[in-house]
Amino acid sequence: MAQSFKFDLVSPERLLVSQDVESVVIPGTEGELTVMATHAPTMTSIKPGVVAVAADGKTERYVVFGGFADILPDSCTVLAESAVHVDDINREDLARRIQDAREDIEDAKDHETRLRAEEFLHQLTTLEGAILPA
Amino acid sequence: MASLKELRNRIASVKATQKITKAMQMVAAAKLKRAQEAAEAARPYAERMGTVLANIAGAVSGTDAPPLMAGTGKDDVHLLVVATAERGLCGGFNSQIAKKAREHIRALLRDGKTVKVLCVGKKGYDILRRDHGDLIIDRVDLREVKKIGFENAHEIARQVIGLFEKGEFDICTLFYSEFQSVMSQVPTALQIIPAAVPTEDAGEGSDAVYEYEPDAPSILADLIPRNISVQIFRALLENAAGEMGAKMTAMDSATRNAGEMIDKLSITYNRQRQAQITKELIEIISGAEAL
Repeated sequence: MAQSFKFDLVSPERLLVSQDVESVVIPGTEGELTVMATHAPTMTSIKPGVVAVAADGKTERYVVFGGFADILPDSCTVLAESAVHVDDINREDLARRIQDAREDIEDAKDHETRLRAEEFLHQLTTLEGAILPA
Repeated sequence: MASLKELRNRIASVKATQKITKAMQMVAAAKLKRAQEAAEAARPYAERMGTVLANIAGAVSGTDAPPLMAGTGKDDVHLLVVATAERGLCGGFNSQIAKKAREHIRALLRDGKTVKVLCVGKKGYDILRRDHGDLIIDRVDLREVKKIGFENAHEIARQVIGLFEKGEFDICTLFYSEFQSVMSQVPTALQIIPAAVPTEDAGEGSDAVYEYEPDAPSILADLIPRNISVQIFRALLENAAGEMGAKMTAMDSATRNAGEMIDKLSITYNRQRQAQITKELIEIISGAEAL
């Protein structure tokens, strides 16, 4: 059995997970990364995606919309802007976020904002494809 | 002296009022519990945010610090975000916050600074409008919001940051009421821009060398606005809990006052009724004697 470490998933509204886990997959902005015990200290921002938490042979999946991960050798904290269990994800909510992102692109004034908004929309649609079976 | 009928009406009306205040007290108690739970649930995030921020602020040297943290280098224009409740009937809760804000405004104006006020919540607006209506630039209405979510706080933070980026102000202070217990809420002023970054206690924080993805300044640039949202969110939650606590206390004493009033009125009523009976008896007896 793999060595375990302490993992916390917190959103501003509540503490979702706080337990010892074996591994966690985090959707970092620079690519997905799997965190295991004794990982090098890392701080990364998170893009919208799925956090997969493996503990006791089971994997729980949570959908997060942006945030940060603070990774230390013996612990890992994900500060998500908003996080829900994958089973509780609300289709309308996701659709609304995508709609908002589309509007942001429309409203974008300069190139850079538009680029960022488009990237965000892309991440959202990828996420939608990943969690919602067509 | 009031007639018996008038007294009876008074008693009935005070009783009705007492029923209402009692119901309001119970509703506030139930809501208080929920508000307290929400405030407690939000605490871990705020705490972790603090540690992460302290870690990263140490890594980014002063010159790279984003303006939200370093400030504009001036303190000419102040923005006051005054967060109060949407509803009254909660004792001195709203006026306490407004009073604190007003003192601050006066002190700033005396020093020749420019003051702008952003009101969150209807009551604060109503109170501040009287003296400093010209300073209020905008108000945020949360009346339709049943349960304060992070989104609401985020919206306010976005507005504040937008103003900052346009150079509308140099220093932003948030006014809210800190929830200490059901009985006591302390009006508090908190400076949110430039952000006061918690300094790490030596020995407690980890001295690990972090890898940053992407790089530290851009994470920090992202983290600081979020921290502002978190602080506003916390203030709103504390306010919500404080409002309910204050309302509960206020309604409790209102119920008690109504009870005392009913007792007093009942005594007067009974006394008068007895006086009237005695008077009638005397009239009958003296009438009988006269025969």
